[in-house]
Amino acid sequence: MSKHYPHHHADLEQIISQQCPFKPTKLTVSTDLTYQIHASNTLALLQWLKESMTCQFNQLIDITAVDYLHYGESEWKTDNANTGYSRATTALKASSHPTEPDTRFVVVYQLLSTVYNWRIRIHALLNKNPPETSSITTLWPNANWLERETYDMFGIVFHQHPDLRRILTDYGFKGYPFRKDFPLIGRTEMRYDAREKRVVYQPVTIENRVSVGKTIRDDSRYTHSKGSPEQ
Amino acid sequence: MSHQLRHYTVNFGPQHPAAHGVLRLILELDGETVVRADPHIGLLHRGTEKLAESKPYHHNIGYMDRMDYVSMMCNEHAYVLAIEKLLNTTVPIRAQYIRVMFDEITRIMNHLLWLGSHALDLGAMAVFLYAFRERETLIDCYEAVSGSRMHATYYRPGGVSQDLPDSMRNYEKTPWISNQKLDALNENRQGSLLDFIESFCQQFPSKVDEYENLLTDNRVFKQRTVDIGVISADRAIRVGMTGPMLRGSGVAWDLRRKQPYECYNELDFKIPVGKHGDCYDRYLVRMAEMRESNKIIQQCIQWLRLNPGPIKVEDPKISPPSRYDLKNNMEAMIHHFKLYTEGITLPAGETYAAVEHPKGELGIYLVSDGSNKPYRLKVRPAGFTHLSCLEELCQGHMLADVVAILSSLDIVFGEIDR
Repeated sequence: MSKHYPHHHADLEQIISQQCPFKPTKLTVSTDLTYQIHASNTLALLQWLKESMTCQFNQLIDITAVDYLHYGESEWKTDNANTGYSRATTALKASSHPTEPDTRFVVVYQLLSTVYNWRIRIHALLNKNPPETSSITTLWPNANWLERETYDMFGIVFHQHPDLRRILTDYGFKGYPFRKDFPLIGRTEMRYDAREKRVVYQPVTIENRVSVGKTIRDDSRYTHSKGSPEQ
Repeated sequence: MSHQLRHYTVNFGPQHPAAHGVLRLILELDGETVVRADPHIGLLHRGTEKLAESKPYHHNIGYMDRMDYVSMMCNEHAYVLAIEKLLNTTVPIRAQYIRVMFDEITRIMNHLLWLGSHALDLGAMAVFLYAFRERETLIDCYEAVSGSRMHATYYRPGGVSQDLPDSMRNYEKTPWISNQKLDALNENRQGSLLDFIESFCQQFPSKVDEYENLLTDNRVFKQRTVDIGVISADRAIRVGMTGPMLRGSGVAWDLRRKQPYECYNELDFKIPVGKHGDCYDRYLVRMAEMRESNKIIQQCIQWLRLNPGPIKVEDPKISPPSRYDLKNNMEAMIHHFKLYTEGITLPAGETYAAVEHPKGELGIYLVSDGSNKPYRLKVRPAGFTHLSCLEELCQGHMLADVVAILSSLDIVFGEIDR
């Protein structure tokens, strides 16, 4: 993998550190070049990345969001060696973003420059409740649907969006399914009611089941992993 | 009668055969001219990304197959690449060649289905039947290697699940099939899987000629596709198009060349591009891509014949031990048990891996918090962005052209709705 396409573009990194007026923070946890910026500056930064002749990020690949509510929390505790696994899984506690404790939601933008063959990822930190940021539909038209999807799944409001409707969920759906506090089994189910002769919605009657608990390993078992030797 | 009644609204789908799945399209028409097109999607939304957050990494490979259910292995590829990128492993070279070979088999499969349904939408029934004849052979390759005809789950983090088989399953005798017919059916199934694929590759270019005979200079087909749904190169980039849609507009952008993964930079193939960016050029690009894919497969076969070797990394924390080790080695048994109960644990971090899927760029954005399940998995399907351009492509065209444009996008709802 690593021998082919550069994950870190040294030239691009230099351009951003020297020329970009918004001074985004570089993230080190990512395998690709990633910057973090506060939501209020995102539109301006993305516009700069798109229009600056030295970058020319002409394509918006993706917009999505991450909810950091359960980040780093596990359902099976393994640190106590003599008790082994706990018998049952434990409910996940509320956590927060690993470096920004005030942030729960991050909007992630993936950009591609077909001119220089560069990729970059921008994390926009959202601090308000309900989460909100500005729309970038004026920069790339395909942001329209991508922002609608992010709104639908996470309830993140994009200001100045021309048509912020739900896109993937059912007509009349309530709640934001990809938030971590939304249950996997959902909140409502539908069935055909023979007496009323129509489809009715009712609270879910199934139970959530965890087949494999979420386990975090801190023993750095993969730090020396190299896979097979380079051929 | 008021003159404001001139525009009227038509509901297209969600159960229309030309809607390619479950698309509900609200069309506003002025006479027969499309003024507005508002696609309503999500009727196949299964919450794959949410489900993935509750399952160990291995369990999700099968869900990837079910996203774009006509190019299964390419979906798996993006997912396992993302995992490998976070693990920072390199898969053995033989596994890379096997993956590339199956990616290209998948590309031909996808384009054959697209070709058949595209022609069917435009009124040519025969192409559909011919295309499925060849597709059947390729599905047999899937079956030979994974045991499953569609949802293969063949690619694994660190390689592929097993090496290519030495024999092919033969057709069995039934009362409805003569001995002579049976022998003909089994003729190219006497050798290994590679022999079988090779015999397919030798015949396939002539089959593509057959399809082209039926369509390329066909007057009706050209009337339905030439200058329909035109998009310029600049605009196609700006609206986020990838894959054959972008290449149909004349942009030679292909991740296999521009951002090579696996062993693509050791293979010889061309990137076909169109000129006008209309439905007809997109058709030509896909036809040429099938021929190029066929060449790639032939090169892979040649290489795979000469170079036996491991097909997955030999790291017991990533790939399961061999059956022999499992029975004879305590360590191996423990590793096997841990791998299949807890799964692999990825280091905390995030990554984005993209492959050149038959439909365009398929990307997997993966966030890990150091646990055995993805913290967040986002699939970036090509079709989602293409479908969002539908209104732009359809405006000013006739109602019948909507069908031609829609099928030229090559959309599959499994990946759009996820």
